[in-house]
Amino acid sequence: MNDQEVRQIILDIIHDIAPDEDLSDVKPDVRLRDQLDLDSMDFLDIVMELRKRYKIEVPEEDYMELSTLDGCVAYLKPKFEEKGIVAASA
Amino acid sequence: MKFDVVIIGAGLSGLAAGLRAAQFDKRVLVVERHSLWGGLNSFYKKQGRLFDVGLHAMTNYMAPGYRGPRIPLQRLTRQLRIPLQDLDIVPQHVSSTRFDDCVLPWGNGIESLAASVERAFPEERDGFARLAEALAPYPDAMNDRPWVSSRARMQEYIRTPLLREMLLAPLLFYGGAAAHDMDWGQCAILFNSIYREGLCRPKRGMRPFLKMLVDRFREAGGEMWTRAPVERLVHRDGRVAEVVVKDRPAVQADVVLSSAGWPETEGLLEPERAKPPVRAEPGQLAFVESIWVLDRDPAEHGYDDAVTFFNAGTEFRWEAPEDDIDLRSGVLCCPNHYEGTEEPSFFAVRATHLAHPRRWFEFDEETYRTRKAAAVEASRRRVEEIVGPFGAEVHATDAFTPRTVHHYTGHVNGAIYGSAAKRPTADIGLDNLFLIGTDQGLVGIVGAMLSGVAVTNAKVLNR
Repeated sequence: MNDQEVRQIILDIIHDIAPDEDLSDVKPDVRLRDQLDLDSMDFLDIVMELRKRYKIEVPEEDYMELSTLDGCVAYLKPKFEEKGIVAASA
Repeated sequence: MKFDVVIIGAGLSGLAAGLRAAQFDKRVLVVERHSLWGGLNSFYKKQGRLFDVGLHAMTNYMAPGYRGPRIPLQRLTRQLRIPLQDLDIVPQHVSSTRFDDCVLPWGNGIESLAASVERAFPEERDGFARLAEALAPYPDAMNDRPWVSSRARMQEYIRTPLLREMLLAPLLFYGGAAAHDMDWGQCAILFNSIYREGLCRPKRGMRPFLKMLVDRFREAGGEMWTRAPVERLVHRDGRVAEVVVKDRPAVQADVVLSSAGWPETEGLLEPERAKPPVRAEPGQLAFVESIWVLDRDPAEHGYDDAVTFFNAGTEFRWEAPEDDIDLRSGVLCCPNHYEGTEEPSFFAVRATHLAHPRRWFEFDEETYRTRKAAAVEASRRRVEEIVGPFGAEVHATDAFTPRTVHHYTGHVNGAIYGSAAKRPTADIGLDNLFLIGTDQGLVGIVGAMLSGVAVTNAKVLNR
C-alpha cells in the first residue's frame, strides 16, 4: 500500500458522504475542512466508514490526525499495513 | 429472534433511522402495522388515481449546488448517502398568507417574504430583518430546552399584531402540537424550514420517494414486517426485554426506537408503569382534510398558489374548535403548482381545517358519514372564496377526519402533530427505548427523517 492508495481510500469515503463536493484538486497538506464543505458530523462519518469498511478504529483523541490528507496517510498507513489491507480502489 | 435495533413504524422517521443503522451493518427490523409504509405521509389509490396522504408540501428545500451554512436537507442527504437528485424534489412557485384583505405572498428564500412584509407593513421592515436574524440558528435537535413563548418573543421584533399573527399562522399549521402558542426553538426550526429554505414536493409524489427509501433500506440489509402491529413492549430491570408483535415470533433487541408517539409508546409497555417519568398528554389538535379532483387547473380561476394559509379576521386562533371543524382558518394547497410536477396526473386542490378532537370518534356510523359530507361541503364553499368557483369542475372528492388519522397512525385523538409535550432527548425512562419522529419534536418529512437519523446516531451507533 502506498501513500496515493491511502489518499484515494479517504477521497472515496468523502465522495460517498458528500457527493456534491469537487475532489479533483484536494491539496494534501491543507486541512480538509478548509478546502471542502465538511463539518464535525461528516468527520465522524469518515471515522465510522473506516471502521465499517476496513475494521480500523480511530479513537476520539486521534481525530485531529485526520485533518489533512497527509495526516491521514501518516496515521492510517501503518494501520492498513498492520491489517494487511490491499487497496481495493487504486 | 434477535436484532440490534427494532424500529416501530415505517413512517419517515422509522425508515430514515432504519436506513442509517442498516448502512452501518446493524441488524435492523422495522415493524409497521399497516400494509404500506409512509405513516403520516403515505399514499393510496382510489378510482385509479394515486393520492398522497396529507402532503401539502415538503419543507426545507435545497437547490442543486447549494453552498452555505449546513441546512437540514444537506445534513440528511449526507447522513443517508442519498444524492440530492435521487430525492427528485421540485420547488414551489409561490405561496401566500391571507388574513381577510391582507395578502403576504412568499416564495422560497427569506428575501421574498421580507419584500412582501415591506410592501404591506413598511414600518416593520427592520423589525422583520432582526426577527429573521434572531431565528436563523437552528437549535440542537436533541437538547432539552426551556419552553419560551414565541408570541411573547415576537413582540420584541414586530409591533403590528396582525403581522405577528400572519407570520405565526403557517408555522402553527405546520407543526404546532400545542394550542395557542409554540416554543421559540420550534419557531426557529419552522421559520427556517418554511420561509428561509422553503417549500418543495417530490416530483412524482410520495410513492416513488418512499420506494427509494425502502429499496435502500432493504439493499443495506434491513428487514421490514408489514401488517405487523406491536402489541406489547415487555420491560424488566429498566429495559425493554421483548417486543411482542401480533402473530409473529417474539423479538429481542438491543435498542428499540418508537415512532408510535410518546403516550402511545407508554401505552404499549407491560407491565404498565405506575408513574411514568413525565406525563405525556395526548395532543388536542386534529384536522379534517378534503381533496377535490378537478378537470382543469385552478390557475384558470386565477389561483396560482402552491399553499395558502388563510384566516378570517385579524386574530388567528390555534385551538380545538367547538364545532366539528373551524372554517375561519385553514390551509389550502394545489399539488400542481410546483416547477415541473409530474404527479398527480390530475388537477386537485386540498383544504385542511382544525377539527374537534373527540367528537368525530363519538358519532355513530351514519352520523359520522353525514357530518363528514357536510364538513367537506362547507369547506369547499369556504375555499371557493379564495380559489374561485370550482364546484362544477369536481370529478371526485375524498376526505379524512381525526378518526381516519387515528386509524392509520394510532395517534390518540387523531392528533397529527402528536402529543402536546415533546421529548427532544428521545429518552422516556427506559435504558434501551427511545422516541423518534413527531414526539421527539421534529415535524414534516425532512424533520421526521432527521429525527430518526439523530436518535440513531446518539443511541444506536455511538452508544
